[in-house]
Amino acid sequence: MNERPPPTLPLSTRAAIFLRLLAVQGAFNYETLVGNGIGFCVEPALRRLPGGREGEAYRTALARQSQYFNTHPYLAGVAVGALARAELEGESPDRIERFRTALCGPLGALGDRLVWATFLPLCSFAALVVFGAGGSPLATVLSFLGLYNTGHIGLRVWGLQAGWRNGLAVAQSLGNPVLQLAAPQLGRVAAVLAGCALPLALYRVMGAERDLFVGTGVGVITGAILLVSLHGRMEGWKLSMIVLAGFALYSVIR
Amino acid sequence: MSAGEVVILALLGGVLGLDTVSFPQAMLSRPIVGGTLAGALVGNPLPGLLVGAALELFAVETLPFGASRYPEWGSASVIGGVLASSGLSVEAGRLCTAVLATLMMAWLGGWSMVQLRRLNARLARRRHDAVARGGRRTVLGLQMAGLTADLTRGIALTAAGLIVFVPLQAATLQSWVGGVELSRAVVAGTAGAVSLGAAYKLFHAVPGFGWQFLLGLAAGLAVVSVL
Repeated sequence: MNERPPPTLPLSTRAAIFLRLLAVQGAFNYETLVGNGIGFCVEPALRRLPGGREGEAYRTALARQSQYFNTHPYLAGVAVGALARAELEGESPDRIERFRTALCGPLGALGDRLVWATFLPLCSFAALVVFGAGGSPLATVLSFLGLYNTGHIGLRVWGLQAGWRNGLAVAQSLGNPVLQLAAPQLGRVAAVLAGCALPLALYRVMGAERDLFVGTGVGVITGAILLVSLHGRMEGWKLSMIVLAGFALYSVIR
Repeated sequence: MSAGEVVILALLGGVLGLDTVSFPQAMLSRPIVGGTLAGALVGNPLPGLLVGAALELFAVETLPFGASRYPEWGSASVIGGVLASSGLSVEAGRLCTAVLATLMMAWLGGWSMVQLRRLNARLARRRHDAVARGGRRTVLGLQMAGLTADLTRGIALTAAGLIVFVPLQAATLQSWVGGVELSRAVVAGTAGAVSLGAAYKLFHAVPGFGWQFLLGLAAGLAVVSVL
């Protein structure tokens, strides 16, 4: 951990950084990825460098922070907090560059595994359970958005605080057992919810039609086995587009 | 559908399209949210929820990993919600055509996001020297340009989708032969297969996945039996 207490950062500056973090991918592109977004988010803190916005330190730091960078968007705050502190504490440019390079991989991998591959599907299946159990439009949408954004906003707030608190030593925070164990534990919950959501959601989508329910279930299992055996050579939603287009055509011209 | 309605729905599509990647990624762009909101805007949220839930089953397979190409569900869900909610009664083929149109628009939306990223790269390259000099206006300007272009992309895509698919669906449903039940079962079957395949691919490495899934399945079937 970084032993030095962090320099003072006013609440208004923290709030500005946090709001900008919500748009960190606004200029996402295949060359600098979220590089410009990191510069955009760090900028309010850099104004506190000697000379302010017009100073040489500000311009040099902003240029450095706007170069290529890759991260999971929800964990960008970890990098932004740490980089803002490093710049305000006058760390050497070489050290900051090395830190930026080292941080890209772990932040991306952790965020992809925890959020995209686990928490987002978990929330989708939870909302489908609410829908399948007869939830109203409002209840279904609010349960999804409430559950998802509790985790989403919580992760962003934690990330910015951890980055600022620990500075260039922030990598240790990523090894936090809570973060490391969250994905497998949430994966277990998601597996249960997936099993529960499928029959419930399908039953309601079919309009509570019992006669075709068993046959549809057999079709679902057969289709899923086919899709898994394709090993990603074709995505299921694209194949479904072809099946549905064929069915629509058949229903119109027969 | 009046021009005013198209404008309002296109704005919703723009906001939801923006949420997909650029701002604020709060998953307002997920089909279960977007379809329901669009349905509510045209005064019929329940069919919007129905199509949104069916699409959510597809969307579980397509997660927004980094720079990969994935369907853009935000603006597409608005099309689906409108197409599902516009009818006065339950019609054979309405759900099926709404889902099909949404999948096509989501595919087109994914392609448009790739073009947007290329545009952002061209802008960044053109202003590389100014960024390297630490130009505050340039860094902020690039970010604002990307956000504005993404919002515009979503608005244009939604408006185009409504203009094409609303009359196309009306014409298709007039010629549709077959019952509501079969048409819904086909949608449910394909969506369920994609979702089950995705759940396996995502979680099969979790220790005890099979038992956990079966536990949930048993609970789900038990609830279905009493509904």
